[in-house]
Formats: sequence, structure tokens, C-alpha cells
Amino acid sequence: MQLFLHQVLAGIATGGIYACMGLAVVMIYQAIDHLNFAQGEMAMFSTFIAWQLIQWGAPYWVAFVLTVAISFAAGIAIDRIVFKPIHNAPVLSHIVVFIALLAILNSGAGFIWDYQIKTFPSPFGTGALFGQNLISRHDAGMISVTLMMLVLLYFFFRHTRIGLAMRAAAASPDSARLAGIRVGWMIALGWGMAAAIGAVAGMMIAPVVFLEPNMMISILLYGFAGAVLGGLTSPGGAVLGGFMVGIIENLAATYIPGAGRELKLTIALFIIVAVLIVKPGGMFGRRVVSRV
Amino acid sequence: MQHAADIPRDVAVSAESRASQRTSFAVWRAGVLVVCLALAVALPFGLKNFFVFQVTLAVIYAIAILGLNLLTGVNGQFSLGHSAFYAIGAYTAAIMMNADISYVWTLPAAGVVCLVSGFLFGLPALRLEGIYLALATFALADATPQLLKVNFLEDWTGGVQGISLIKPDAPFGLPLNSDQWLYFLTLAVAALLYWCAVNLVKSRTGRALIAIRDHPVAASAMGINVSLYKSLIFGVSALYTGVAGALGAIAIAFVAPDSFTFSLAIALFVGLVVGGVGSIPGTLFGGAFVLFVPNIAESVSKGLAGAVYGFILILLIYLMPSGAAGLVRLLVGRLKVVRDKSGLPAR
Repeated sequence: MQLFLHQVLAGIATGGIYACMGLAVVMIYQAIDHLNFAQGEMAMFSTFIAWQLIQWGAPYWVAFVLTVAISFAAGIAIDRIVFKPIHNAPVLSHIVVFIALLAILNSGAGFIWDYQIKTFPSPFGTGALFGQNLISRHDAGMISVTLMMLVLLYFFFRHTRIGLAMRAAAASPDSARLAGIRVGWMIALGWGMAAAIGAVAGMMIAPVVFLEPNMMISILLYGFAGAVLGGLTSPGGAVLGGFMVGIIENLAATYIPGAGRELKLTIALFIIVAVLIVKPGGMFGRRVVSRV
Repeated sequence: MQHAADIPRDVAVSAESRASQRTSFAVWRAGVLVVCLALAVALPFGLKNFFVFQVTLAVIYAIAILGLNLLTGVNGQFSLGHSAFYAIGAYTAAIMMNADISYVWTLPAAGVVCLVSGFLFGLPALRLEGIYLALATFALADATPQLLKVNFLEDWTGGVQGISLIKPDAPFGLPLNSDQWLYFLTLAVAALLYWCAVNLVKSRTGRALIAIRDHPVAASAMGINVSLYKSLIFGVSALYTGVAGALGAIAIAFVAPDSFTFSLAIALFVGLVVGGVGSIPGTLFGGAFVLFVPNIAESVSKGLAGAVYGFILILLIYLMPSGAAGLVRLLVGRLKVVRDKSGLPAR
């Protein structure tokens, strides 16, 4: 029982990372209706910008705010420059452009900041939270930041005009356009917000996994898995899904014989697929019903 | 060759002229095909062995992409897991060749093994669509290299080290070296598989598959067994990719788990889109892209190879949003319009 509880707590700690990333994934999915494969690399690049600012002597929180602002602008720029010209292209072509962006950002970061791993400071300190070494102060800080973002997003989407406009643009672009909403800019805004949330996620994750160009690839996959498990239409579900993926992964590594570290992602993924087969819309997602 | 535009026409005989135009296009297409085949046969005699080997690999990738295209382009199911079937094909070939079975038999065996495993994977995948199917197939792609490394399979798979093979020589004393022979073998297998694919898509089955892609509800209302066709095409698609994997294992003469990671699945997917989703000849372009563009990118800049690759990819999508096949279709369409305008009297 002791072991079980320990593993669950450790799972919540790693799950915080995935929840953070899952939130960014859902954000972009809400805005553009695809999973963005470049999301992880965007977050990685933002984190490198923050690292550079800190290296240049900026205090942590100044660097934090600046990075979020830069990422927001960069997200909008990516949408306007890269995706606006091809908005009529088939969906699969868009996904290929995501892959291209991934390659560009990954190789660009490696070129500018090289592939050596770097430490990234944590604003919450690194000690243990309650004496025992299960959840560190940073883990706790990261989880609270994620939950804070979730609450902010909830209020943004439910209780502001622009949040309502963004939801309308995503749900039914044509009707939204007729109602006077500038759908193109709503999508750009979605990109900006996703990039900003990704930047926060990256800066929260970097102290745990260290900073290097390939840091996000596996985390993004876990983030996807969490988001899909929780339901791509629900930010709260994505966060919960992220925590669940963390817990499932840890328990699988502990209790399934022969699983070990190598196979734990695989096992987690197969559990998720099994869940999806039973509940195809994710655990908390709306079932999409389409008219024939 | 008779050009449709040379025939004097007016509106009354336009049906007849359209028919003759169609035959002239068929003649053109046949001509292009013959020229391409002649070039393909002549190719290995004028070039260095390494280049012949690379072209062989490009054709092999094209076969794998064709398999993915049957699934995604024709039937509308999305897969990020075809590296798994490629790996199954490759390992089937490698394990059989290790057991002293002739490499010729490994191809049908790999096909059958992949057909069955694809069909079996397609059954639970019936419940999933779009993004969710992508995640499920991704799980497959991710699991494959890990499973190949697992201890209790090591006797067969060779674990992390993989299996080294011996490149087969040309049979019957043909005056070819092994690279040239493998090129011709690959070409022959590819020709057979492409012929089958073209006929499959044109057949009643193909129409059923396309109907499922375009409107599943209407298709099932027409009496098409959606579940059966969907899982069957998953199997056929895996068969193509598996045969490609077996050919790849024979040509490279080496298999190891880390050649079949998620990045292979991504490469196949990129090749599919760049060639043109749903286009059978487009897959050849896709295969060439998958093999050559990363090398080109590396030769432009070693440090920024990934960035150069990304830029080339974005540029291609800008120039031809529906892939190479889409571009060709557009150009042929323009040509037809121009010719119709010059050939027909003004109405």
C-alpha cells in the first residue's frame, strides 16, 4: 500500500508536466481543430529564449513575462506568415507543415544554443515539499501554475466577449464570420495563446528535465496522450488526463512484470487506446454528433 | 499520334470529339509509361552502384507509401504507425533468411504476415477515427522498436544489435552485380504491386473504399459492409508496407530496431502528402522525396540540416498544396482548357 501511494504521488509529480503540455495542446486544438506537432518545439524554443534572457542578467520573473509576451507574438506571426497562405490546403498538408516547423525549430535551437544540456532555474526552489522526497517544491509550484492557468482559461472562454468569439470561430467559422467575427484573427489569437501557454509549460518543465533541443519530443507525446485521454474539447479533462497518464505510467512500470523503463510509455499508450475504444470521445470530451 | 485539336469540330459533334480526345489522352499516357519504363530499365547501366542502391531504396519507400496511400488516400483512415508494418516485414525477411530460406520466399511471407497483423490491428481501430486513430497507430509505432529489443525475443530478433544479412547475387548467371539485380527485383515487385493497386482502386471494391472515405453513412446505407472493408484495407495496406520492409531488409542487408522508429512513420507520411494523397503515381515522387531530400538538406548545411529540410517542405506545400499529383492535375487541366479554347469555334 505504501509503495502504491508513493507511486501515485510520483505519478502526480510527473503528471504535472504532462498536464501542463496537455493544456497547451488543447488550447491550439480549440483554435485550429488539429493537433499541432510543433507545439513541443515551440515551447522548447521559448524556454531557450527565457534561458538566454536570464543569462543576460534579467531577473527570473522579468524573463518569464518577457518570454510569454515574445512567444505570444511569435505564435501570431507563425499563423500569419506560415499558415495564412495555405489555409485552403488539405488538412494533411497542414500536418506536414507542422512537421516542417518542428524540424526547423529543433535544428535552429540546436544551431543557436548547441545540444549540451543546460540547467534552468526554478522560481519555487528544489527542496522537498513535506519532508519526504515525494513531491518537490518545484513539482508543487508547477502543478499550481497549471491549475491557475486552467482557471484563467476557463474565465477567459466563458466570461469574456473575445473568448466567446474564439469559441464561435472554432465551432462554426462561416456563421461566426456572418456575425461579424474576424475568424482569421481569432485563429491567430489561438496560436498566440497556445504559444504563450507552451512557453509557460516549457519554463515549468525545464528545471525537471533540463534544457536541450530534444527535451520536448517525448513530453509532447505524453501531453497528446493526456489531452486525448481527457478529451480534446475540454481543458480541464486534458489536465486531469495528463495527471492520469503520469500515474498510469508509474504504476505500469512498478506492477507489470518485465515492463521496466523502456516499455512504460508503450504500456501507457495501450491503456489509453483501450480507454478510447470504450469511450471514443475521451473521458471528459463531448461526443461530436454530426448531422447527415 | 492523332491530336484531338487537329480534328475539325463543331458543337454538334462535340461528344465524338470528346471521345477522341479521351483516346488521345490514353495514348499519351501509355507513351509516357513506356518511356518511363525504358528509362527505368536503362538506369542501372549508366550510373554508379551507390546511386543504383539509392534509387532502389526510393522505389522501396514508394511501395511503402503506396500502402499508406491505399489506407489514407483511398479509404480515409489516418495512420502514424506504418513503420510498425515496415518493421514486421523487414524482420520476417531477416529471420527467414537467417534460417537459410531463400530471399525470394521472404517477400510473400512478409506480405501474408503483415496482411494478417494489419487486419487484426484494423479490427479494434474500427472504433477510432481521425486524431484518435492517429494516437492508436502512434502507439503501435512507438511500441515496435521497444518490442524488438525485448529480452525473450532476442533469440530471433538479435536484440539491439539487430541482424546482419548477406546481399543476394543475381541468379541464373545474369551479368549483373547484386545492387543492379536487387534494383531489377525491386522494380519488378513494384510494377506488380502498382498494377494491383491501380486495378484495386478501379474495381467495385475500390469504389466501395472511396465511398466509405467520402461518406461512411451513405456508404453503409448503400449496403457496403463498412467494418469489413475498413479492416480489410488496413490489412492490404500493411501488406504493401510489409513487402516494402522485406525488400528494404534484403537491399540494406541489415535490420535493427532503431531503424523502425516513429521518425520512419513520419517520413512515410510526409512522402504521402508531398506525392499527393490519393494519387498512385504520386507515391513515386514521395519515395524519392523521402530518400533524397534529407541528403540534399545535409549537403546544404550540416548544422542546420533539419531547418533546410523544413524549409524545403514548407516551400513544396506552398507550391503544390495537394502534392505533386495535385500540381500535375492542375497543369493538365490548364492545358486542356487552353486546347479547348483554341480548337473550338467560339460559341
